Amino acid sequence: MRSWKYVLSKLFKAVVTENKRLIKDHYLLTLSPLKKIKKNRPGNFFMISVESGLDPLLKRPFSLHRSTKNGFQILYRVVGKGTTILSNKTPGDILDVIGPLGNTFPVNNKHRNILVAGGLGIAPIFGLADSIVNSPGLEQPLLFYGARTGKEVLCKKNLADISIRPVIATDDGTAGKKGNIVKVLEKFLKSGSINVNEYSIYACGPKPMLKALSALTNKLGIKGYAALEQSMACGIGTCLGCVVHTTRGLKCVCKEGPVFPLNEIVW
Amino acid sequence: MKKKTITLKVNIGKLKLKNPVMTASGTFGYGREYAEFFDISRLGAVVVKGLSLKPRQGNQPPRIVETASGMLNSIGLQNIGIDSFIENELPFLKKVKVPVIVNFFGDSIPEYAEAAAKLGATKGIHALEMNISCPNKQAGWSIFGTDPRVTSKVIMAVRKATSLPLIVKLSPNVTDIGLMAKTAEDAGADAISAINTLTGMAIDIRSRKPKLANIIGGLSGPAIKPVALKMVWECYKSVKIPIIGMGGITTAEDAIEFMLAGASAVAVGTGNFINPAITMEILEGITSFMEEEGISSLKQLKGEAH
Ligand SMILES: Cc1cc2nc3c(=O)[nH]c(=O)nc-3n(C[C@H](O)[C@H](O)[C@H](O)COP(=O)(O)OP(=O)(O)OC[C@H]3O[C@@H](n4cnc5c(N)ncnc54)[C@H](O)[C@@H]3O)c2cc1C
Ligand SMILES: Cc1cc2nc3c(=O)[nH]c(=O)nc-3n(C[C@H](O)[C@H](O)[C@H](O)COP(=O)(O)O)c2cc1C
Ligand code: FES
Repeated sequence: MRSWKYVLSKLFKAVVTENKRLIKDHYLLTLSPLKKIKKNRPGNFFMISVESGLDPLLKRPFSLHRSTKNGFQILYRVVGKGTTILSNKTPGDILDVIGPLGNTFPVNNKHRNILVAGGLGIAPIFGLADSIVNSPGLEQPLLFYGARTGKEVLCKKNLADISIRPVIATDDGTAGKKGNIVKVLEKFLKSGSINVNEYSIYACGPKPMLKALSALTNKLGIKGYAALEQSMACGIGTCLGCVVHTTRGLKCVCKEGPVFPLNEIVW
Repeated sequence: MKKKTITLKVNIGKLKLKNPVMTASGTFGYGREYAEFFDISRLGAVVVKGLSLKPRQGNQPPRIVETASGMLNSIGLQNIGIDSFIENELPFLKKVKVPVIVNFFGDSIPEYAEAAAKLGATKGIHALEMNISCPNKQAGWSIFGTDPRVTSKVIMAVRKATSLPLIVKLSPNVTDIGLMAKTAEDAGADAISAINTLTGMAIDIRSRKPKLANIIGGLSGPAIKPVALKMVWECYKSVKIPIIGMGGITTAEDAIEFMLAGASAVAVGTGNFINPAITMEILEGITSFMEEEGISSLKQLKGEAH
């Protein structure tokens, strides 16, 4: 008999139900927790142990992509040791997970919501789109989605299922417009017919994209939020390892984020 | 049954603990976050993040890099300051009724003494752990932990400032840790804790730049365990005061190894990041080991490998 208890269920084991290769090095992992976990919302993330041994040692942070009936999904790209191991998991494997962690996207009920995703930034942004679409009374969000090439535009079918037709831009022009998605968004916002006070922006993507986006939203005075990344150890606000600069000083991405107001991030 | 007669109690000088498992400073915040994962009153003690008189911003990010079975950190002693700790964090720990050991540091000998006096005058703090060893500060500072004359002076100043049990946390970045332990004992320390992180670095081969903004960080985790164990072994040979052993502990077996090398108690640091409830698993494992081996008190383990 165990002489102690986990107070809450933020620490749990989850069984891999699917680990599908989407394209090249992009995978979709479906996890089914072995016990009831706390409710998770777009913006939240999970810390996942890819191995039960001591190397790799730390858990890896991954955004909630989408909630499913029996659990949730993670959309990830293989970039190093941990994600390589993760890509070799097969259905039935069991992983140690902590979560849901972090804050969420503060969706504005009265605004028209514009979502901006760059590359794998679509992982949390798709989940956000899905939740907005399924919230009664909210207007259909607009999605601006940038990728390196057309092949790396993900979630096409899932977006179509929730009737979202993204505005796409790719670096090589193989899908949508050629070039930078923030430039495409800028053109849209400056097209004249728009009152910027009626719009809110929610974004996730590579740092250069978010930096350009915050310059744009600050210039136009549009409210916006972005989910940030930083190397993490604990994921719960105790190691102080994951800080980023903000106008309110250094803040932990894991606890005070990952979602921050665009006008507070200091690049 | 032997089971009934097992006791996990340990004394660290005047400080009496119900069991030998505590948390290592800087890896457990001020306790609050972990209370979401397990009943933290089950811990022998909570050792909080290192505090200074004034709040500190710490080093620039990135501050963390994983290495083989370990991690480098260059947090740079970011903390909320003693006043804010006493006002906002200590009440929670008091309510939980877990022994609180406050880790602290200063930039000068008077600052160390003032911090100790302030903490010593606060109700609800059970012991002080003096960090003379953090390798993260800029040049000129780590001298507190590496030059025995200065080490002796700063400990004596702190000793005068407080009557709380005083634990001195040693740096492993010295040539003779036994000498440093003896220096601490002679200057009035009630206990030694060892080890703090080992200095190290990592380089990104694509950008050709160090991975940490601070360039140098402190290595912790399973990678440092053999080094830490040997240092506890050496401290045990050179001092009579109790030793709190730490460095890479992730299992009950690790903890027991430290006790056999001479530790009266152990602290778990990086392990908390791998599994937030790891201390409870270690505690349970130590109990099972004692049952299996027919050991009734941890005294039967302490220093037994010598
Ligand atoms: C809140 C949060 C949410 C995230 N969500 C996702 C997600 O939904 N999908 C996804 O694919 N990735 C996500 N990431 C990034 C993911 O955590 C890293 O890609 C992963 O930790 C790399 O592990 P690795 O062992 O494969 O790489 P390593 O071998 O550790 O490193 C390989 C490379 O990845 C970089 N890297 C390592 N850790 C991070 C990190 N935390 N953030 C950015 N770069 C890192 C390193 O600098 C290095 O260049 C998220 C990160 C954070 C902080
Ligand atoms: C992120 C981090 C922050 C730390 N902060 C402190 C600190 O503020 N004061 C201190 O004395 N030691 C600090 N340490 C050192 C640990 O308390 C411990 O001595 C060391 O990490 C070795 O133990 P471990 O391998 O179990 O982590 C820190 C360690 C880590 C990893
Ligand atoms: S990862 Fe430890 S504080 Fe954020």
